[in-house]
Amino acid sequence: MDYGFTIAAYLVAAILFILSLGGLSGQESAKRAVWYGIVGMALAVAATMVGPGQSLWVVSLVLILVGGAAGWVVAQRVQMTEMPQLVAAMHSLVGLAAVLIGYNTHIELARVAGMDQAARDALSGFAGVIAHKSGAEVAILRVETFLGVFIGAVTFTGSVIAFGKLAGRVDGKAKKLPGGHVLNAAAALVSVVLLVVYLNTGSTTALIGMTAAALFIGYHLIMGIGGADMPVVVSMLNSYSGWAAAAIGFSLSNDLLIVVGALVGSSGAILSYIMCNAMNRSFISVILGGFGNTTGPAMEIAGEQIAIDAEGVAAALNDADSVIIIPGYGMAVAQAQQSVSELTKRLRARGKTVRFAIHPVAGRLPGHMNVLLAEAKVPYDIVLEMDEINEDFPETDVAIVIGSNDIVNPAAQEDPNSPIAGMPVLECWKAKQVFVSKRGQGTGYSGIENPLFYKENTRMFYGDAKKSIDALLPMVE
Amino acid sequence: MKIGAPKEIFEGENRVAMTPDSALQLQKLGHACLIESGAGAKAGFSDAAYAAAGVTVVPDAQSVFTLADVIVKVRGPEPSEAQMLRDGQTLISFFWPAQNADLLDRVKNRGATAIAMDMVPRISRAQKMDALSSMANIAGYRAVIEAGNNFGRFFTGQVTAAGKVPPAKVLVVGAGVAGLAAIGTATSLGAITYAFDVRPEVAEQIESMGANFVFLEFEASQDGAATGGYAAPSSPEFREKQLAKFRELAPEMDIVITTALIPGRPAPKLWTEDMVKIMKPGSVIIDLAAERGGNCDLTVPDQKIVTDNGVTIVGYTDFASRMAAQASTLYATNIRHMLADLTPNKDGVLVQNMEDDVIRGTTVTHAGAITFPPPPPKVAAIAAARPKEKPKELTPAEKRAQEVAAFRKQTRNQVALLVVGGALMLGVGYVAPPGFMSHFIVFVLSCFVGFQVIWNVSHSLHTPLMAVTNAISSIIILGALMQIGSGNWLVVILAALSVLMAGVNIFGGFLVTRRMLAMFQKS
Repeated sequence: MDYGFTIAAYLVAAILFILSLGGLSGQESAKRAVWYGIVGMALAVAATMVGPGQSLWVVSLVLILVGGAAGWVVAQRVQMTEMPQLVAAMHSLVGLAAVLIGYNTHIELARVAGMDQAARDALSGFAGVIAHKSGAEVAILRVETFLGVFIGAVTFTGSVIAFGKLAGRVDGKAKKLPGGHVLNAAAALVSVVLLVVYLNTGSTTALIGMTAAALFIGYHLIMGIGGADMPVVVSMLNSYSGWAAAAIGFSLSNDLLIVVGALVGSSGAILSYIMCNAMNRSFISVILGGFGNTTGPAMEIAGEQIAIDAEGVAAALNDADSVIIIPGYGMAVAQAQQSVSELTKRLRARGKTVRFAIHPVAGRLPGHMNVLLAEAKVPYDIVLEMDEINEDFPETDVAIVIGSNDIVNPAAQEDPNSPIAGMPVLECWKAKQVFVSKRGQGTGYSGIENPLFYKENTRMFYGDAKKSIDALLPMVE
Repeated sequence: MKIGAPKEIFEGENRVAMTPDSALQLQKLGHACLIESGAGAKAGFSDAAYAAAGVTVVPDAQSVFTLADVIVKVRGPEPSEAQMLRDGQTLISFFWPAQNADLLDRVKNRGATAIAMDMVPRISRAQKMDALSSMANIAGYRAVIEAGNNFGRFFTGQVTAAGKVPPAKVLVVGAGVAGLAAIGTATSLGAITYAFDVRPEVAEQIESMGANFVFLEFEASQDGAATGGYAAPSSPEFREKQLAKFRELAPEMDIVITTALIPGRPAPKLWTEDMVKIMKPGSVIIDLAAERGGNCDLTVPDQKIVTDNGVTIVGYTDFASRMAAQASTLYATNIRHMLADLTPNKDGVLVQNMEDDVIRGTTVTHAGAITFPPPPPKVAAIAAARPKEKPKELTPAEKRAQEVAAFRKQTRNQVALLVVGGALMLGVGYVAPPGFMSHFIVFVLSCFVGFQVIWNVSHSLHTPLMAVTNAISSIIILGALMQIGSGNWLVVILAALSVLMAGVNIFGGFLVTRRMLAMFQKS
């Protein structure tokens, strides 16, 4: 029943996956890294189909190709601005698959338990593996299956809600049912009780009950998190989908599943950690949703927002030597990246220094802005991170804020009572002049007033980001 | 109260402390106004104009001093005038109490209250009474006009049919109120204007007026601004550097206007004899500091001289008086504002509120006592410049100590983590069967590898990273593939569904990643 060849192929695949992730340390090596991942995946699937999964392999292959074709079409058609939704949707698939596979294990377990010794010996494939397990091993198997289903179910509903929020089909505001986190805690408690029941009896009802509770947790947890925290949520769900795969790997005794699950899980965890750091918030406070309570009133903002028209901005740009552009989610919404890229090209053609400052949580995905700018063919070596560029603002003539708000809010540094106090922000107000392209006078996702808009050197460039930038283009020549 | 303005008896003083306009305003405060006949004549205000404004014209100074409760003047009182003051009377004029101790004594002995217009503190609220500024403004303007009068050429450059005219080059030393006014006037006449000041922060003001700031390279540039926005004396090294710069500029300059004054000291000598010698013939030096000894070595106060090499040096001390109509209007307005502050209820009753910063600061004698010098104003004149924060330079030893401490901390953290982690592993190994443990080792090692690898992923590639990890998390397809061969139809269907979904994910995930990465390009 052993497939030495398969195990060896798994080892190679595991190494390829690790190289694939490691290769993402640079833009150039990343292009090679994807191929490592693809080859690793192909190897793993092929080795499984000739090995432990050889029965019905034709059906498997057909299903993979059908699913693959669907995935191909979606991936070809998706706009780069819709990337966050797509990633969230894909996580939900992994979560659901984990749930189904967990149920399969349960069904097989129940089937095997009802057989006599002779029938057990006759079993082949996965059922055969289960059949040869001892009592303690069966108990562990139950825990593993239970965990796999639980994490998978949370990932599934969580991702569906995240998808809805990112796609704008579900209201992005943080919402909780009455009872709030007590409901989540209760659902988790129920799951623990059901785990004990399931461990002792193997009852299908307990498993279904737990699944319902987990689905609820996933739904309610993500509903309670506001849109601004979505980068954390997406990477967190990414992490969960990995842990779900690892748990399933344990229950199936498949080392490759465990390895990849652990890689993905830790990757998502680190990303979440980086995102939380960038917002100066603890992981717990993000999960608990909304912004924490602050003491004391927000600082009074003096002054008024002064509007400017395209001619004014163009004149300032024509006079400027150095320009820093700070894109945010608003640029993604307005699909303005191509116009911004064109503006950059023109300014650079005139010998001006143009750079982009990217805040770690700009947009709705980690690295969201980088991808959009790359799509618009903005060279990546002028796209800089917050830490690389923050010191350069005082020597900058013009800073243009396009559709970002909280990440350029000086209140984070100036107002200790602000909900975002202490969050690292791009210090664009230190530039000689700041233009803010913005649809209207509203507040950002966190709903906090932004004193930047009232600063003396700030001018508000109202209007849709794409239309505003397009209006600038003919004047910057 | 009756407010009276006598005729100025100081030689050459043309100004007057009350104009028909200011008299009208004073009457609105509930005061009555008196003026000595002919007091405004030199400034262009006739007795008839005063009378029309409701001012009582009295024949001589004696009547003014007898009838009025408040005497307003431009120059400080001459001894003969001080003698006419009486107990309870208030005198408002320039006074220079620090230089005129005996006058101060005299007024005190007469029991009068003296309010010195030159003591108005430099706070925002008091700007409307700041007679020094309004007079300096006039002096700065007049200095340029006076220079033009003595300068044989145009200020502005012209190209005419009769030939090319080069523009005049003007250097303004000291960018206080007078200096800035001179800069504004000179640039608007078309001259190329340069300006220098020891206070580096005024560079912006100089440039805003259209002049070029003469930048002085000086290490550890001292902060030339003392309290109240006035200049402070500079160090000998700085002075040397400054003079060297002036020497360099002197041959090029056509007109030099010096306005450098340091409160309570004689004017600093900034334009030395050798500089005058190397200037072009026909050049003009206007020394606005002549009254305090002059910034130029050769200045003779109150006179215009021409040196051997044809440089005109103007040392007049009465620039404001030379524009008496304008100066009187502004000064009278300053006086009027001062009186408005002294009559807060607009009922014609003076309230000598010694708690008020401005009134306390300007009052030099009151109720038979000398109240000079005043305590520092309660309101800071100008927000004190924040001292620049210097990042603390660490000594090598401190750096080393920090590094060692950081290293120790790191070691402690790592060891603690290892101990806790190891104990947990042992605990798991104690209860779990060996079959589980072999998988568990793989799991923990993978987590470890994952953590090590992911930290190196560049920030800009986080989205592709998510897409890749998403794609490879569909490795879960292996589980479905293994189960699909089961004898149970339900298992087969569920497994088939899982295979389908994972298939979508594999292809979708990798393709999206490829699309994203293909877009990243170098410039």
